[in-house]
Amino acid sequence: MAEFYGTEVASRLMLGTAQYPSPAILEQAFRRSGAGIATVSVRREAGGERAGGAFWDLVRQLGVSVLPNTAGCHSVREAVTTAHMARELFDTKWIKLEVIGHADTLQPDPFGLVEAARILTEDGFEVFPYTTEDVVLGERLLEAGCKVLMPWGAPIGTGLGLTNIYGLRTLRAQFPDIPMVVDAGLGLPSQAAMAMEMGFDAVLLNTAVAKAGDPAAMAEGFALGVKAGRLAFEADPMEPRDMAAPSTPLIGKAFLK
Amino acid sequence: MKINVNGEPQEVTASDLNAALAELGYRDAKVATAVNEEFVPAGGRASVVLQPGDRLEIVAPRQGG
Repeated sequence: MAEFYGTEVASRLMLGTAQYPSPAILEQAFRRSGAGIATVSVRREAGGERAGGAFWDLVRQLGVSVLPNTAGCHSVREAVTTAHMARELFDTKWIKLEVIGHADTLQPDPFGLVEAARILTEDGFEVFPYTTEDVVLGERLLEAGCKVLMPWGAPIGTGLGLTNIYGLRTLRAQFPDIPMVVDAGLGLPSQAAMAMEMGFDAVLLNTAVAKAGDPAAMAEGFALGVKAGRLAFEADPMEPRDMAAPSTPLIGKAFLK
Repeated sequence: MKINVNGEPQEVTASDLNAALAELGYRDAKVATAVNEEFVPAGGRASVVLQPGDRLEIVAPRQGG
């Protein structure tokens, strides 16, 4: 089982709760995904609106752990304040820390990310940093107190899959004992399977499921992809080679003209 | 006094944050608050005295990725 900050999670698929056509479809998607962790956020609420309470009731029915995010935060201060508000609302020390540095790519601001991770760790949070595949940044985040890394596969919402396989492989190899989640950019179950085959502990996605024509079916597709990839990783895959090697034995072949 | 609530100007008569939340329709709502970008825990709202021009953020659980 995957373990994050001492909590064992049966499913290696984490699923976002945004952009579904309806709450009912969100619920169906979660059921078929088997996801054990749901990402959530905090947003402004109007007086008398009570939308937050209704959404929270829906999430609790799913029976999953919640991982609140600081999505959309561009400064350290904003991310830290948002994390505190999320901790109170969701009653969890977990925070998916996003400090965005670039509006078009939603690339993390590495400097702000490390600073916010340090502040939040000192405040008692268990930080899941949304980061890139950069090894040096990964090391700085671990030094800041993070015990999980969440490198992107590709920019959020693009569905491009793993755009820097070499970088992700390097990051995985550099920190073999750190739980790592490929977060963002996945579009297809095959891409999730590939991340799992590379030895990542889990994947986190949202748009690929929520924006599919049939979100519930796609959720199950991702669940199967994650499971297939993990099984392959645990099964110790063969080494690829350049030249063909016959799989059927040559010994005993009839000599025919 | 005039304060700013979630980016909009609002007139409130309450002087502390707890009373202001009730006045603005948030009584018993599942919300978290920040005043002038600083988080104010639920237990500390009654002791936060609002000043004219304060920026109040009131957030609640929402969908996220």
